[in-house]
Amino acid sequence: MPEIDLIEGFRDPLHMKALAEIIKKECVSKINIMEVCGGHTHTIMKFGLSQILPDLIDFVHGPGCPVCIMPKERIDHAIALASMPNTILATLGDMIRVPGSKTSLQKLRADGKDIRSLYSPLDVLKIAKENPEKNVVFFAIGFETTTPMSAVLIQSVIEQKLTNVYFHINHVTVPEAVDAIMSSGDAKIDAFLGPSHVSVITGYKIYEPLAQKYGTPIVVAGFEPTDVMESVLRIVRQINDKKAFVDNEYARAVSREGNVKAQDLVNTYMEKRTHFRWRGIGDIPNSALKLKDEFASLDAEIVFKEVLPTIELDDHKMCICGDILKGKAKPFDCKVFGKACTPTNPMGSCMVSSEGACSAYFKYGKLSQKGGML
Amino acid sequence: MSKKILLSHGGAGEDTQGLIKELFFKHFNNEILLRMEDAASLVMQSSRIAFTTDSFTVSPLFFNGGNIGKLAIAGTVNDLVMMGAQPRYLTCSFMIEEGFLYSDLEQIVLSMRDEMEKSGVKIVAGDTKVVPKGGVDGLFINTSGIGEIAYEGISAHNLKEGNIILVSNEVGNHGACILAKREDIELESELKTDCASLWKPVKALIDAGVKIQALRDATRGGLSAVLNEWAETSHVCIEVDEAHIPVASEVKGICELLGFEPYEFANEGTMVLCVEAGEEVKVLAILQQFDETKKASIIGCVSHKYDDKVVLNTPWGSKRFLEPPKGELLPRIC
Repeated sequence: MPEIDLIEGFRDPLHMKALAEIIKKECVSKINIMEVCGGHTHTIMKFGLSQILPDLIDFVHGPGCPVCIMPKERIDHAIALASMPNTILATLGDMIRVPGSKTSLQKLRADGKDIRSLYSPLDVLKIAKENPEKNVVFFAIGFETTTPMSAVLIQSVIEQKLTNVYFHINHVTVPEAVDAIMSSGDAKIDAFLGPSHVSVITGYKIYEPLAQKYGTPIVVAGFEPTDVMESVLRIVRQINDKKAFVDNEYARAVSREGNVKAQDLVNTYMEKRTHFRWRGIGDIPNSALKLKDEFASLDAEIVFKEVLPTIELDDHKMCICGDILKGKAKPFDCKVFGKACTPTNPMGSCMVSSEGACSAYFKYGKLSQKGGML
Repeated sequence: MSKKILLSHGGAGEDTQGLIKELFFKHFNNEILLRMEDAASLVMQSSRIAFTTDSFTVSPLFFNGGNIGKLAIAGTVNDLVMMGAQPRYLTCSFMIEEGFLYSDLEQIVLSMRDEMEKSGVKIVAGDTKVVPKGGVDGLFINTSGIGEIAYEGISAHNLKEGNIILVSNEVGNHGACILAKREDIELESELKTDCASLWKPVKALIDAGVKIQALRDATRGGLSAVLNEWAETSHVCIEVDEAHIPVASEVKGICELLGFEPYEFANEGTMVLCVEAGEEVKVLAILQQFDETKKASIIGCVSHKYDDKVVLNTPWGSKRFLEPPKGELLPRIC
């Protein structure tokens, strides 16, 4: 197979400058674009895209960071599970950094609890086999992108007859969250950048009802700078032509139907939850998954029900993460941003994960955003 | 059965003497060490000396292009060199987990010997401890070093408007190489550590009369940490052009895959230099003569645009602050 350059070609300075010129020329009206995914927020901030786009284009940062939208009570679940005797809790990425009501997994790990931050969910198999006398709980998080990996793990656990692995499922879904934001009526969104990795799994068909219902163009965009610029141009053109359809800029990885095999695997083991509380947003019906009843013996929420707290916990009153996740406010609008609330000591959900909007503003935003500090 | 290090090798008895003589003395061989006194007696020519220490706990112990032993020599040597000092003498302590393979220890010791030859430094005193299983992760090494200062006045306080910033090699190779080698990732990669002693290129700069303002090896925290420390210490702004910072394509790939920045990855043989304007072409020409610094590049300059900050310019005209690295490096989720 020939080597394909998936980085440099999508960061070509001449392309970037040319796209910026065309957008400047063609954009004639104010457009608020919500990028749903935290990955896009980072591309926009890290590469300073706002600085080379016309003032008419404004990015609104959506609820697409799986760590940020996790309500505190579910983090407390992870903490309660990890605190059980004879237990290893495994999860992904910077979930371990997020504070619950009293502590974080990271601090609990320092206290001597066995907590593993994994690169791949399948590492759970090895951990479970090496520790047959211990319970291994996989705290599963993520949007549609990561759900199939959890499904493969469930399948492997069943096939390999492992009896010491349990699942705490927190997988959430994009369309319901976008619908919740739009249907509230107070979000001023003219168009969407569709998440790219989610769409690789689900296909871009999942956004078609949204584009139709709200009359907003949705362009599924890759994560590289030229991907985002090209997608913004496509949005500008749809708006100019008064159109609102789902367009696929990330055609090198996304199809209309998506990865059907992965979808089938997820549907084999999981089904929709009727309710799931999103941190900062509140309850969104049908926006998350859980294990099907027939796999209840693997479900940590059922097996360890007696140790799991049930009280719902909201963020600090000063925190405006809810408004940020709905696109009604920017991180710089928050009084505690960068002062009482920092990545090292986060108060609200958008600061906790490196993929969150506040964290991106803190890291890159002081220079790269219009209206920034300088 | 393959020979292993036992608790008795650290017990000060016959086994200990055997290990010291057959392994350490054999390969670290020099007059001062072989005298076996309680402390090494040293003669220094200069009255200005640099003195430093560092402990090495890297996991895995062996990686592409090096091992913990090479690191333990190059790391301490470079700390001396970054102060403009010629590395002269080292001490070396081994903390070994019982059951450690003798052949692995020998391989590490041989790498240390080879690395010392590059700067002419000598191990003149040492210590060996063997701890029960689980006491250390295989092997920890501490090295301390002293050197004679050959060029005075290098300091993080020296940066002034108009100074030029260079980096001596591609950045991020060591961090990315270690990350790829860790068993929980299993990335296949040809990437090698940049681990190297930097005395030869720095000596060449000193000999050529280059006015070095500041010099630092970009170890933990990488390029970003060095530039931010300098900007804060000297109350200046450092502006760098992203397009001129050399980064290997494998490192870029690993960073994109896991959501890291190459500028935050550790290096073990890559230094950042700050020199007076007008010297940069000469400096670059000198560095390019050495294997360990042949990919050197001029990456930016010092200004007062945003004091205490590092600004990264993109090739398409936007810019951002390069913030210092924070917390544990954790991969992104999706």
